[in-house]
Amino acid sequence: MNKSVNLRSIEMIRNSRFNEEDWPTKSSEEQIKVEEDVLRKYEDLHRKLKMSIHLPELLKEQHKKYLCETLFYLPSVYECLDSSRPWLCYWILHPLSLLGVRIDDRRKSSIAKFINKCQSPDGGFAGGPGQYPHLASTYAAILALAILGTEESLNIINRQKLKEFMRSMKQPDGSFAMHIGGEIDIRGAYCAATVASITGILTPELFEGTAEWIVSCQTYEGGFAGAPGMEAHGGYSFCGMSALVILQKGHLIDEQAFLSHKSSLQRWIVQRQMKLEGGFQGRTNKLVDGCYSFWQGGTFPLIYSLLDKAGNSPNDHLFDERALQEYLLICCQNPTGGLIDKPGKHKDVFHTCYTLSGLSVAQRFLNKKRVLGSYRNELIETHPLYNVRPDLARKALLHFNNLGVPTQNLNEGT
Amino acid sequence: MSDCSSDENENDTILYRDRPEWKDVTPLKQDDGDEPVVAIDYTEAFEDCYDYFRAILKKKEISERALELTKTAAQLNSANYTVWQYRREILKGLGKDLNEELDYIQKVILKHSKNYQVWHHRRIIVEWLQDASKEKYLTETVLAKDAKNYHAWQHRQWVIRTFKLFDGELEYVDTLISDDVRNNSAWNQRYFVINNTTGFTDEVLDREIDYTLNHIKTVTENESAWNYLRGLLLHGKEGLSNNKKVTDFCEELYKSGNRSPFSLAVIVDMCFEQLNEGGGDSRYTPQRAKELCEELINKYDIIRANYWKHMIEMIDKTMKDENIESSN
Ligand SMILES: [Zn+2]
Repeated sequence: MNKSVNLRSIEMIRNSRFNEEDWPTKSSEEQIKVEEDVLRKYEDLHRKLKMSIHLPELLKEQHKKYLCETLFYLPSVYECLDSSRPWLCYWILHPLSLLGVRIDDRRKSSIAKFINKCQSPDGGFAGGPGQYPHLASTYAAILALAILGTEESLNIINRQKLKEFMRSMKQPDGSFAMHIGGEIDIRGAYCAATVASITGILTPELFEGTAEWIVSCQTYEGGFAGAPGMEAHGGYSFCGMSALVILQKGHLIDEQAFLSHKSSLQRWIVQRQMKLEGGFQGRTNKLVDGCYSFWQGGTFPLIYSLLDKAGNSPNDHLFDERALQEYLLICCQNPTGGLIDKPGKHKDVFHTCYTLSGLSVAQRFLNKKRVLGSYRNELIETHPLYNVRPDLARKALLHFNNLGVPTQNLNEGT
Repeated sequence: MSDCSSDENENDTILYRDRPEWKDVTPLKQDDGDEPVVAIDYTEAFEDCYDYFRAILKKKEISERALELTKTAAQLNSANYTVWQYRREILKGLGKDLNEELDYIQKVILKHSKNYQVWHHRRIIVEWLQDASKEKYLTETVLAKDAKNYHAWQHRQWVIRTFKLFDGELEYVDTLISDDVRNNSAWNQRYFVINNTTGFTDEVLDREIDYTLNHIKTVTENESAWNYLRGLLLHGKEGLSNNKKVTDFCEELYKSGNRSPFSLAVIVDMCFEQLNEGGGDSRYTPQRAKELCEELINKYDIIRANYWKHMIEMIDKTMKDENIESSN
């Protein structure tokens, strides 16, 4: 059943302020400062509410305009993302697709051709034309091509070479390096699993030991870290969890020898929602950030599917979907388009992508609508594993699965 | 992932195309195709440097001038992993003094401390040198400014583990926790140190539980300390609900009128554990768990009401299953 979603009362929000217990520290001081900024936003809105019943409103037209412009032109401050250009494509195309924007075929073709310029002769995709191939760029490029969803875009991927590239990134302990001579962390495992699964080149041999390595990144707090021993973190938890589900090893979560307390991941993740702000933080005692709406929020559908398998499926979201939508709509929108981390920050395509992805997740529980504000605020659904629209994910999966796993090269020597 | 802090160009601003020592090289334009997308409006200096970078990368030139060029390229975009990888190839090819490189990358790290590539470069140089003597100090400098910098902690953990530098680490962590008891990275490091040194023996557990409860006493709503406490109890034989020190502490806190949601949550989980695994402590009943969940839903943890409702359902379901089992 669709449930109407209402704003929290301003009193309820005011009563949710941080309790410093007469023990101020740097963490609490920063937290209180953010709460003041956020509370001001909420109070402003509640004042305006008396004049307009359409609030809070998702500024769809402004966001479309911002994203369409950045698709073709980025100012020089984006030079620091010159090695993330397939990412830029994905961060722009994905939110556009959630907003229901159709891109005409000619443009689709030019985007696909550009991404092809980033494809390396050694397999995989690079951060820009002529750079070395990189697993994260490969992930972004392939998702962007899947979003374009044309024969041309999907056929660009050289799957044989891609498989060779991924094999060369694989480490003896099951983890993956990001590029030749590059760093190793849980992003590598997630990008590899996603890419292999979407393009239909996932074999048990390519991922031998990977699930076990990922599980070794789960911490005593319950979330996953970037590498074994490190602190539980939102982005890395999404990576760990999604990769395990893709590799069909979701049951290994919380099964680690010492993690005898079940559901520690679930507990850790529900604790990341901030009581006043409504958005999510990335780590314990850190500040709210709009992008974690997806990294943390996007994990919930995966948790539900695991709970369902265990016969414990929840009747509703396990987080407060209205508070998250409040945070995104009231605190994270730039009035001229684009979304942000938190009040006072600049807009960028990264945050625009993940805030809107998180909003899409919060707006539905299974197939039931949970849209805050007018029905016009509704976004199209996103696939919890791949974070592209389910119809586009399905199209790519079908396309590649029909091709079968590429046969092995003679010089592979197996 | 998108840390865009720009450098002021303190180096000489002569473009590469105007430098006589580069006359023999034909700059290579970026091949974006006919209809580029996500096109960045590069500054003149950026485009100039990368035109030459592409040209020498293509011929894999190993030279002093190439090394110098990678420095400029890295300054313009420190996240360009190809630049760093190529720079390492040149360093090796020329047999450069790696201590100099260590000094250089330190300066870059202090400027761009939230960047994967610069820390990774540091790590490789330390590996090549097999000298980690400066690493603790460097990470401490970065952590002094941002005590939760993930890259700095990751580098520090790698160094400590690889070069067995655990001595003094617990004391360092203790300083950080005293500075900011809510610094979760410091609590995580505490766990890391113990896990890799003494392990969680009964004796260590006892000491750590005391340490943690003392910190919870002063700030009862500090989730970091509560999570660490839960982490400790994963290693004890008594589980969550049978460690007398911990149960007594939680009960005292409750009796004193404290309603820290983290404390209530632990009591709920204690009840749930006893329901699942037995234990026979009459304080920890499913009924009490459900009452506490109601309090959390309505008053003390409203934002997580959905979660606590689900918890009540799980308790009911477990009770029903057990009734069926015992009636069979
Ligand atoms: Zn963010």
